[in-house]
Amino acid sequence: MQRGYGPLKDEEIWLHDVVLVIITLITLFVAGLLVWVMWRYNARRNPVPTRTSHNTVIEVLWTVIPVLILVGIAIPSFRLVYFQDRTRDADLTIKVTGHQWYWEYTYPDNGNIDFSSYIIPDDQLKPGQRRLLEVDNQLVVPVGKNIRVLQTSGDVIHSWFIPAIGVQRYAIPGRTIETWFKVDQAGTFYGQCNQICGTNHSRMPIVVRAVPEKEFTAWLAEAKTKFSDAAQPERREIAAAEVQH
Amino acid sequence: MSATTHDHAHDHHDHKPAFLVRWLCSTNHKDIGTLYLSFAVVGGLVGGILSEIMRAQLNFPGSHIVTDGQQWNTIITSHGLLMIFFSVMPALIGGFGNWFIPLMIGSPDMAFPRLNNISFWLLPPAFILIIIGLFMGESGSGWTLYPPLSNQTYETGMGMDCTLFALHLAGASSLLGAINFITTIFNMRAPGMTLHKMPLFIWAMLVTAFLLLLSIPVLAGAITMLICDRNFGTAFFDPTGGGDPVLFQHLFWFFGHPEVYIMIVPGFGIISHVISTFSRKPIFGYLGMAYAMVAIGVIGFVVWAHHMFISGIDVDTRAYFMAATMVIAVPTGIKIFSWIATMWGGSVELKTPMLWAIGFLFVFTVGGVTGVVLANAGIDEIVHNTYYVVAHFHYVLSLGAVFSIFAGFYYWIGKMSGHQYPEFLGKVHFWLTFIGVNLTFFPQHFLGLSGMPRRYPDYPDAFAGWNFVSSIGAYIGGVAFLVFFYVLYRTFTSKEPVPANYWGEGATTLEWTLPSPPPYHTFAELPRFR
Repeated sequence: MQRGYGPLKDEEIWLHDVVLVIITLITLFVAGLLVWVMWRYNARRNPVPTRTSHNTVIEVLWTVIPVLILVGIAIPSFRLVYFQDRTRDADLTIKVTGHQWYWEYTYPDNGNIDFSSYIIPDDQLKPGQRRLLEVDNQLVVPVGKNIRVLQTSGDVIHSWFIPAIGVQRYAIPGRTIETWFKVDQAGTFYGQCNQICGTNHSRMPIVVRAVPEKEFTAWLAEAKTKFSDAAQPERREIAAAEVQH
Repeated sequence: MSATTHDHAHDHHDHKPAFLVRWLCSTNHKDIGTLYLSFAVVGGLVGGILSEIMRAQLNFPGSHIVTDGQQWNTIITSHGLLMIFFSVMPALIGGFGNWFIPLMIGSPDMAFPRLNNISFWLLPPAFILIIIGLFMGESGSGWTLYPPLSNQTYETGMGMDCTLFALHLAGASSLLGAINFITTIFNMRAPGMTLHKMPLFIWAMLVTAFLLLLSIPVLAGAITMLICDRNFGTAFFDPTGGGDPVLFQHLFWFFGHPEVYIMIVPGFGIISHVISTFSRKPIFGYLGMAYAMVAIGVIGFVVWAHHMFISGIDVDTRAYFMAATMVIAVPTGIKIFSWIATMWGGSVELKTPMLWAIGFLFVFTVGGVTGVVLANAGIDEIVHNTYYVVAHFHYVLSLGAVFSIFAGFYYWIGKMSGHQYPEFLGKVHFWLTFIGVNLTFFPQHFLGLSGMPRRYPDYPDAFAGWNFVSSIGAYIGGVAFLVFFYVLYRTFTSKEPVPANYWGEGATTLEWTLPSPPPYHTFAELPRFR
C-alpha cells in the first residue's frame, strides 16, 4: 500500500493492517485444516469413514467465534467511517468538478479562483515526469489544514481518488458530495480517476501539491491573476460554447 | 405379446425425436440441460478470449493492442456480461439445474417443459445482441451500466441499446427458469422426500431460484427506465431533467448483489455433494448447511449499498450497510467449516472432482476474507474500484463459481454422457487452472492496495511488475482452458462403459440409481424415498 500522508490514510492503514492480520490467520487456519484432512483422513490412511454428521458444540462455536471477531473489527471500523465523513471546522473549501476528461478546481473562499487540470500527454513529458500522472495545473493546498471538498460533475460520474491521502468520492452530476482531507507534510500526491467515464478514463489524473501556509498564500495571489478570466481568453470562448450547446 | 412389451419399453425409455426436433424444440430436461451447458462453454470461450486480450494489453505499460479507450471499455463490459449471464449462470442454473433437479428429486421432468424450452432459446438471441454491442464498440459503460455514461449523450450508438435488450432477454430467460425450478421443487418431489430430506443441491437451486425471482424484475425495471431515458426522452436518471444517477445505482445493486449469490449458491450445492461423496460420509450439519444458504439469500437482499460507499450516501446508511455486510461472513463461515467437518474423519479420495472442490474451499475462503476487508466502508475509501475489488470478485466468482462448475462437470460427466473423463488429464487441468488463476488474481490485491484503478487500458509504470505476473498467470489459465477442450475430446471418444454408480458408496443421491447415461425418460414410475 502507498504510504500515508494524512490522518485519514493513517487510520485507514491501521484498520486495514489489523484486518489483514485477522484474515491472514483465518485463511492459514482454513488452509491448514484442508491440508490436515487431506493427509490424515486420506482413503489410504483412514479406509473406514466415521458416520458423524452432527456436533452441536462445535457448530455453536463456529457461529459464535466469527461473530465475536466481526464485532471486534466493526468497532474501530465504525469509528473510522464517522471520522472520514466530514470535518466540522474546515480551514479551506475547494470545489472539485469532474469533466470528460479533466478536473476543474475552484477555491470559493478565495475569490472563486477556478482552473482546469489536464493530463500532460506522453509526448510532452519532461524528463523525470511520470507517465499518465502529471497534469498542467496542480491542485495546491496548505499543509496541516482541514480541507473541505465539495464534489460534483459536469457530465458523467467520475471518482476523485488520491491513495496517499486516503480520500475518495464520486463526482456525480446533479449532486454535491462533501468530504474532507488533511495533509501532514509538504509534497506532491498523485491519484487517478477511479470511476469509468468514457474513452479517456485513464487519462485524467489528479495531482495535489501540499505546501506550507506561507507558500500557499503566495500561490493564491499568483493564481488570482494567472487564472483570471482576462488571462484565459479561451475560457470565455469555451463557456460561450457550452451555453450554446 | 413380447413385441408389444418391447415397443412399450422402447416408447418410454429411448424414443428420441429426430435431430432438429430433438434439439430445437426440446422439452426434455436432460437435452435442455445439455444445450445450456454447451452454450455456457461457448459463452465462457468468448469471454475468456476477451480476458486474454485484456491481460495481453495490460502485460506491459503503454501497450497498443487495444488502441482506443472506448474499444477497451466495450471489451470489459462484454467480458463481464458474457461471463456472468452467458457462462456461469447457464452452466450452474440452466445446465446442472435442469439436468439434476428432476433426477435428484425423482421426478420425470421439469414442471413446465415448454417454458423450459423458451428459457433456453431466449439466450442465444441475447448472446447475439451482446456480440453486436461488442463489435459496434458502443457499450463502454462497464457491466454496471451506470448512467449518465450509458445515456444517449455519452453512448450514442445502437450498440448500447443492443446490450440493454440482451440483458432484458437474458433476464426473462432466468426469470422463467426460476419459476420453473420453484414449481418443480415444491410440487414434483418423489413421495417421502420432505423439504428437510432434499439433497443440498436442490436446496441451493431453490434459494437461487427465489433470488432470481425477486431480483431480476428490479434489473428489468432499471434497464427499462434506462432504455426510456435513452430513446424516449424520459429523465429517470438524468439530473438535467430532475432525475438522479444514484437511483440507478440503488436499483442496479438491489439486483446486482443477489446476483453474485445467484452465481455462487448453486456452486455451494455441487461442492456439498462432491465433498460428501469423496469423503464417503454424509454431509456434516445438513440443516445448518441448508439454512445457511437461506440466510445468505435473505441477507444478500439487504446489503446492496456496500457497492456505493463512496457514492455520497449518508454516513449512517454506510454504517448500516457495513454492519449488514459483515453479517454475511457468519453463514459463509458455517458452510466452510461444515465442509471441512464433512471431510474430518472421512475417507478422502482425491479424484479430480474432489480436487476442484478442495480448490474451491481455498479460493472461496481467500475471496471471502477480502470481502470482509471491503465491507469496512473506511477501508473501502481507498480500495473502492481498484484492482483489490477486481481480485476479490474474481476469487469468489471466476475462481469460486468456476471451480464449482468444473467440480460438477467432472463429478457428473460420466452420468450425463455415459463416457468417463480421463483422470490424469483432469488433474492436469485442475493444477494448471489452480496455478494460473492464483498467479493472475493474487497479485491484483497488491495492485489494488497501491491504488491502481480498474477498467484502465494503460497504467503508470509503477504498476508494471505485478501486472506482468498477472498476465503470465492469465496465459497459464488460458492453456488450462485448452486442456479442458482436450479433456472433452478424450471424454467423448472414450469407449469405456460407465456403471450406474461409478463413485461407489459415497454417492447416495437418486441420480446414481439410474444407468449412465440415464434413459431419455426417467422415473416413469416414481421412486419411493426412504
